[in-house]
Parts: sequence; structure tokens; C-alpha cells
Amino acid sequence: MKADRNATVGATVYDWLDERVGLTEAREFASHKRVPVHAQSFWYYWGGISLFLFLIQIFTGILLLVYYRPGAEAFESVRQITYVMHFGWLIRSAHSWAANLFIFAIVVHMFSVYFMKAYRRPREVGWFTGIALVMLAAIFGFSGYLLPMDELSYFATKVGLQIPASLPVVGPPIATMLRGGPDVSQFTVQRFFALHVVILPLLFLPLLGLHLWLVQKHGNAIPPAEEAKPANMRKSVPFFPNFMQKDLAMWLITLNVLALLASLFPWDLGKQADALLPAPAGIHPEWYYMAPFQMLKILGRWLPGATGEITGMLLFTAGLVLWVFIPLYDSEHTGGHRARVAHYFGIFAVTALIVTTALGYWAIL
Amino acid sequence: MSELLTTKNVAAEEEHPTTRRVFLAGATAAGVCYAAALGYPIYRYLASPAEMAANEAAVTEVTLKDAQTLAPGSALMFRFGSSPAMLIHGADDSWVAFSAVCTHLGCTVQFEPQQNRIHCACHGGVYDPHTGKNISGPPPSPLTAYKVKLLPEGVMVSRA
Repeated sequence: MKADRNATVGATVYDWLDERVGLTEAREFASHKRVPVHAQSFWYYWGGISLFLFLIQIFTGILLLVYYRPGAEAFESVRQITYVMHFGWLIRSAHSWAANLFIFAIVVHMFSVYFMKAYRRPREVGWFTGIALVMLAAIFGFSGYLLPMDELSYFATKVGLQIPASLPVVGPPIATMLRGGPDVSQFTVQRFFALHVVILPLLFLPLLGLHLWLVQKHGNAIPPAEEAKPANMRKSVPFFPNFMQKDLAMWLITLNVLALLASLFPWDLGKQADALLPAPAGIHPEWYYMAPFQMLKILGRWLPGATGEITGMLLFTAGLVLWVFIPLYDSEHTGGHRARVAHYFGIFAVTALIVTTALGYWAIL
Repeated sequence: MSELLTTKNVAAEEEHPTTRRVFLAGATAAGVCYAAALGYPIYRYLASPAEMAANEAAVTEVTLKDAQTLAPGSALMFRFGSSPAMLIHGADDSWVAFSAVCTHLGCTVQFEPQQNRIHCACHGGVYDPHTGKNISGPPPSPLTAYKVKLLPEGVMVSRA
């Protein structure tokens, strides 16, 4: 009897909502969504993991915003968050760790998409928006790194902005504009803060919306080996609930990893930035900037001075342009010469990133 | 569809009644643990300033340095713990101290020596400057009075 009444109440609420927001259509849509199952299916989780980490960034970022004060008091407010407010250290640590895990997850996601050739027609725009999101994430990382205004963030920003400053003619005014003056100061923190919490989210969220919509529209891409099979030989599972359960399980694992890292290895707060103190020994960029840092160092040996930095920037830009436009070069599903070239280019990119990152750490450890 | 779901659930329940129930109970318990593990630090984090204020409010006395030189017929505003308070040196050489928080809706009140009253500008509440008693307007109760003790180096105000 009670179950009956519950069912009736449930049905009434469902009908009420259905008429107004179209639940049946959404369910219809979800019931048709299927996820391919094959040897490389594992990589499908990484987009979801990235999304989850981004949501954590929004959440922990808002919590930090409750006490963070940009400008002249930036360091003092982060010191309070870390040492005075209950669990402030944990929330700050979670934000920093999740930022790093987020960059890691989107890079894994990007390379898995690349090697599964998921950028091919009709998914080019998914690739373009994805690359734009990676670049925005890198700027998120760079701008967020300055906000505590400790020694490391001060010098990292100083060095980071010195690179565009080496461009002839336009470089110095661009760097001055970004810094809000000739040197990194409270004005730099203030504008990096605006960038980090307003401008970047405004750019990131609509792009992310488009990116996610395109995944819904086109579904998961399958790697060439699967495409080669006849359609009735390919396996798949319904997204809802089968794949979603696993997706959520991955989110839970991600949350656990983050909780362990954030609590067992709390993020450090260095000494307050002081323009008169020398750079601390062993200072180096975050791991995701280590590869370009090391490449610039290697180039600097052959081409000293600004020439090396300009050459480096030109090389990165050229590589990035090739990377972005790979779907236009390798767009046909039939494979052949272009497919192989794209594949080797990918292997070259991964190798170059790993080797230069390793060399970078080798030099400082 | 809801019918279909119910039928399916019932079928599953009949096949493995214990397993299903145990799983649901375990999942709920784990969910509650997660919610608590996430919710507790966030609550404490957000409550930090309130806790600090509560610690400040726990003070029972404050010494106002050199306040004994306050001219008769004037008042000195000071913080008692985390909230505003006033020390009044009456024209008749009396010394009193009150909480300066209006008992109506919490505005900060003001000593007006010409009218010989304590006045709240928000809603026109009036208090007696000698006793803190609410005389007219909306305040429901008197201002909290503190004990005042004159010392050679200042004035000590303490909870009554």
C-alpha cells in the first residue's frame, strides 16, 4: 500500500517535470547513447577525469576566494589561509594538487585522442576546442601560480614574462602590460587575479560547453583498428547506466588520490616575495613548463641571448600550429601516408616532451 | 518506465534480497562518510572567523589606557571583545559603560550629551545614559551594562 502511494507520488512529480522540462526526451537521448568497448576503452575515462578535476578547481577556488585578498596583501592572506583558518591548508593544497592533476589528465586525454585519431572528420572542432582548453589551462596554471606571492611564484612569473619580453619591438610593451609595470609587483597579482578568476573562466566555460556538446553529438570515436572491423563485430555498452557507473567510479578514485596527495603532501608556502632577495637555489618551473624551459636552455647553448629565446618561441609556435591543424591534414578514415606521418609526429612530440622534461629534472636534482 | 524499474527491482530483490540490501546499506554508509569527511573541513574553514570572534568575545575585562582623562559629558567608543561598547563620563562625574549595540536590530548607538540620552539613529531608539534602560522607541530591552573601575593608568571595564 505504501509502495503504491510512493509510486503514485513519484509518477506525479515525474509527469509534472516531464511536461515542463522534457525528462522523457532526455532519457530517450541517454538511452541511445552507447560507448564502444575495445582494447583502448580505458582512455575514454580521461575526459571525464579532467572534467571532474575542473569541477574540483571551481569548488576549491571559490572556497579560497572567501579569504584570499589580491594586491599588496596577497601573501598575508594566503599565510592566513594556510596557517590560521581551520583546514585552510587542506583546501589550498587540494586546489594546487588538483591543478596539477588536471593538467596531467588533460594532457593524457589529448594524447589519447591524438593516437586514437579521434580528431578526424567530423570531430575536428572537438579537437580545436580541446587544444584551446589545454592552452587556457596552462594560463590558468601560470596566473594561479603567482597569487600566493611567495618567492617561487614571484620568480616564476618574472622569468615567465621575460620570455615574451625578448621578442623584438613588441615584446617589452607586451610584458610591461601583462605585469602592470616594469617589474612583478602588487599590480601584477591584482591583474593576474582578475585573469585567473574572471577572464579565464569566462573563456573556459563556454568552450568547455561546446566541447562537451560535441562529444554528445558525435559520440566516442573509435580507433582505426576498430573502424576496420565490420559494424556488427564491434562491441559497445549503454552509457547509462553501465559506462556512467564506471565513470563515477573513476571520479571516486580521482577524489581519493587527490585527498591522499593533498593531505599527506600539503602544498608549501615559501617566504614572502622580496625583490631585493636573490632567487632561491634550485628554483625551477612547474613540471608542465619543464619541457619548454629545457628546450630553451638547450637552444641557448647554440644560440646565445635573445636569438635563442626567439628561435625557441618560433619553434614552439610552429609545432603548436602543426599540432592544432593535424585534423585538416589527416582527416580521412582510410589511413595511408598521411595517417602514418601524423602518427610519427605524435610519437616525436611525446618523446620530445618526455626527454626534455627528464633532462630538465636531471639538471636540477 | 517507473513501473518497469519497480518490476525489475522487485525481481532483483527476490533473487538476491540480502546482497542487494547489504550493498545499498554499505553504499549509503560510505556516502555518509564521504559527505562528512568533505563537509567537516569545509564547515570549519568557513566558520573560522566566527570562532575567532567567539574567542575574542570571551574576554571578561578590558583596560582603556588613559581613559580616566575623558572630559565630563563625553563618551569613548571602544571594542569589548568583538563588539562595540561605550564608556560615558557623565557631566555629574559619574562613570558608566554599556554595550553600544542597540537591542532592537543591532545598530551602533550614540551618546548625545545635549539631549542627555543614548540614541540609535536606525529606528529612533532612546536609552537612559545613566542606567542603559530603554526609554522610548522600538528597543525591547536595556543596553548591557558593564562594571567600571577607575585606575591610576586608565579605566577598567568588566562584565557585570
